[in-house]
Amino acid sequence: MTTDQVADSILDETAAVSRPKQWATILRDTWSYGRTKVGVGLFAFILLLAVLGPAVSPHSPTQFIGLPFASPSHAALLGTDNLGRDVLARLLWGGWSVVSLSALATGIGMALGVTLGLIAGYAPAWLDEIVMRLLDVVLAFPSIVFALLLVSIEGPKLWLIVLAVGMGHAPRVARVARGATLEVAQNEYVESTEVLGVSRGRILFGEILPNITSPLLVEFALRLAYSVGIIAALSFLGFGIQPPNADWGLMINENRIALSVQPYAVFVPVLLIGILTIGVSLAADGLSRAIVGIERKPGA
Amino acid sequence: MHEQLVRVEHLRIELESSGIQIDDDVSLSLNCGEVLGLVGESASGKTTAAVSLLAYQRRGARIAAGNVLLKGRDVLGLSPSELRKTRGGVIAYVPQDPSMSLNPALRIHTQLLEVLEEHGFGNSRGDREGRLRDMMDEVLLPGDADFLKRYPHQLSGGQQQRVVLAMAFACRPAVIVLDEPTTGLDVTTQAHILQTIRRLLAQYGVSALYVTHDLAVIAAVADRVAVMYAGRLVETGSRHQIFSKPVHPYTRKLLSAVPDVTARTMPQGIPGIAPRPGHRPAGCAFSARCDLVVDRCRHEVPPMEQVAIGQHAACWRWADLVSSSQRTGEGSLCRWLRPTKQGGGLLELTDVSAWHGRRQTLDNVELAVRSGECTALVGESGSGKTTLARCIVGLHKGRVEGTITFGGQALRGMARKRPRQTRQAIQYIFQSPYSSLNPRKTVAQLLGRPLKTFFDMRPQEMERRMVEALEHVSLDRSVMGRYPDQLSGGERQRVAIARALCAQPALLICDEVTSSLDVSVQATIVELLSRLIDETGVAVVFVTHHLALVRAIAQEVVVMSDGRIVEAGTTEQVLGSPQADYTRHLLADTPQIPL
Repeated sequence: MTTDQVADSILDETAAVSRPKQWATILRDTWSYGRTKVGVGLFAFILLLAVLGPAVSPHSPTQFIGLPFASPSHAALLGTDNLGRDVLARLLWGGWSVVSLSALATGIGMALGVTLGLIAGYAPAWLDEIVMRLLDVVLAFPSIVFALLLVSIEGPKLWLIVLAVGMGHAPRVARVARGATLEVAQNEYVESTEVLGVSRGRILFGEILPNITSPLLVEFALRLAYSVGIIAALSFLGFGIQPPNADWGLMINENRIALSVQPYAVFVPVLLIGILTIGVSLAADGLSRAIVGIERKPGA
Repeated sequence: MHEQLVRVEHLRIELESSGIQIDDDVSLSLNCGEVLGLVGESASGKTTAAVSLLAYQRRGARIAAGNVLLKGRDVLGLSPSELRKTRGGVIAYVPQDPSMSLNPALRIHTQLLEVLEEHGFGNSRGDREGRLRDMMDEVLLPGDADFLKRYPHQLSGGQQQRVVLAMAFACRPAVIVLDEPTTGLDVTTQAHILQTIRRLLAQYGVSALYVTHDLAVIAAVADRVAVMYAGRLVETGSRHQIFSKPVHPYTRKLLSAVPDVTARTMPQGIPGIAPRPGHRPAGCAFSARCDLVVDRCRHEVPPMEQVAIGQHAACWRWADLVSSSQRTGEGSLCRWLRPTKQGGGLLELTDVSAWHGRRQTLDNVELAVRSGECTALVGESGSGKTTLARCIVGLHKGRVEGTITFGGQALRGMARKRPRQTRQAIQYIFQSPYSSLNPRKTVAQLLGRPLKTFFDMRPQEMERRMVEALEHVSLDRSVMGRYPDQLSGGERQRVAIARALCAQPALLICDEVTSSLDVSVQATIVELLSRLIDETGVAVVFVTHHLALVRAIAQEVVVMSDGRIVEAGTTEQVLGSPQADYTRHLLADTPQIPL
């Protein structure tokens, strides 16, 4: 907080003055948390690995370079997988699908959820009720079951997986967006545009949306972490990237039978998926702390 | 002689992080049985100074220097357990907003009993229950089990404040710090609560520090008055001295900014804004807004000097001022005393009734507004005045019956369904400029909204109109790039008015537009509205609960109660010789400054 804001918080004798922080302040506060630095660092590491991996990979991910489940050696630093392909190469090639599909799915989920949430939060009660009850139906299925349901109808297509995971997120995002909208819509500045006769769409996206971005940003980061888990799980179950392409979730499935013989082929992808979700979650946590303004504990 | 109960010496409070001073060199004393009124505008640091009597500071602030002596003991040096016994036991605190200080999850019985138990009052539960019922009697609340079983949200604002008062007086403290206890209440409730406070203080012989921004309230309760500005005391004296022979220029200006139900002149605002911590000038903090400023004021902080027996002021020019102990020059005459151009009929309401769900909030209301005229809608909270205003502008979401005609045309219920010309011609200004301006939009974007909605114009033309509107409300064009949170409350309300002006309205509806502003700012906004009516011929419907403001600005007054109009007429008739009992009660309950 700036000195002026601290002074205001102490001196404000007229209560109920809502002062959302400006973006620069939020980002600076977010970055001031140790957890954000760690989280962003971990995320950046995975992102670099996923983007630059293919360029520095020693082998092609589909090239057979030795016996199946061979232990680490000079030729294959992390050993080989179930078909004798280089584990390192498959790791370097297999990150991009997890990262990109998760980001896409989260984006779709946010777009859908925010739109529905804004509409529900600002609409008359009957429309709000209809939208939210329909979303409850989707919410009744666990995300992964919902995705499996769609995939089992259409077959394992990447666009479908992205859409399914995104749709799974939509109800939860919509709830957050609706809650925030309800609060913001009570403000007189919304009424002041109603009096002018400004269209509903412009009120939703021009007046309300800019004021609920903080909770949505936190929600985005959280959903991203969930997306990684679900996308990796779907790949593990064989509904994501299809062999022989490389993918971290797929690798776990392919190599789990030899866990005791060649652990690297399973543990390293598990570790990388873990790092990705932990990194994103930490950054999300830092962001939400900055927004609600939790006091920093010593050492945190 | 009274003995001194509380002594605050050279108190300095600063921000923990940066060391910027919030309060500096504040010295106060409180005698037994005395009520000291601490007056100041928002951000003057009055609450910060007051709560330091309980050795308390809000997070981020720190008492950097000074002593607070309570019965001769330094409160600031007490251990946490001693402090806990002292707070509530010897010195109690009544906060501004009772709904925030009562725990919403506990019955009031539990909360009242807790105070008594915490301070070991009485020997048995029976003693405490007895005391509790006595307290309820004293604050004029029913003490029966049914009432005590209620939760805070089941009480009205006035009842909540009475419960908090009961908690404060429960352990018979020696001192009470009252922090704007009547600010959120309407005049009638305020009058009753003030009466209760005065009675309790006298009955218990309790000393009190009464913090408020409202000089009229101070006049009703305080024996002595201390005036604060920008974190320093500028003047102290007896009530009589402060109100009849004020010395400090700030005190004088503050007094002329307070509207009065009997005055013939408009209240005068203080131009400029009060400096916030970290932006306070060297020397006298008031120098930038003072007419009498000399060079010395800008460099050296004036010390508190005795200007009369029992009266102190911090001003380099006090000697010149004592001899001319007059208030500052007279303001312009109240609007109703001035000849004004009267326009034709603009707005007419016939038999308008409105409902909130099943509850009827307006009952066959009739109203006529002519252009170039200011009509005041007066009433307590819940009287239906805001509902009426919202019906006119098309914001009321419930059922409405009856006809509203504007410029000869009948109006549809909701603004969205009305033709563009009507939406443009009727503009609404909201109560709180803190929530009526979108915090994510710059002033230029805010002003541009009505221009884009109603007029098809080029960017240069738009800019010209915005600057023009800002000039009307005495704001510089440099504010166009700023966000609302970079403006003071008064500046925000000016922007809100400028936004309404951009639409070139024929009718402005002002809903309690000054109630969230300081008195000095309130006066400037009233002046501004009055000038706008004269210059542009716009009609104004001024919704308020403040009768003294009505007298200053309105030509016609409509008094409402329980959704009905109880009295209507010219300002002279209604305030001069009120016919309805309700109007007479309202007038009697309006606190006044003794002249």
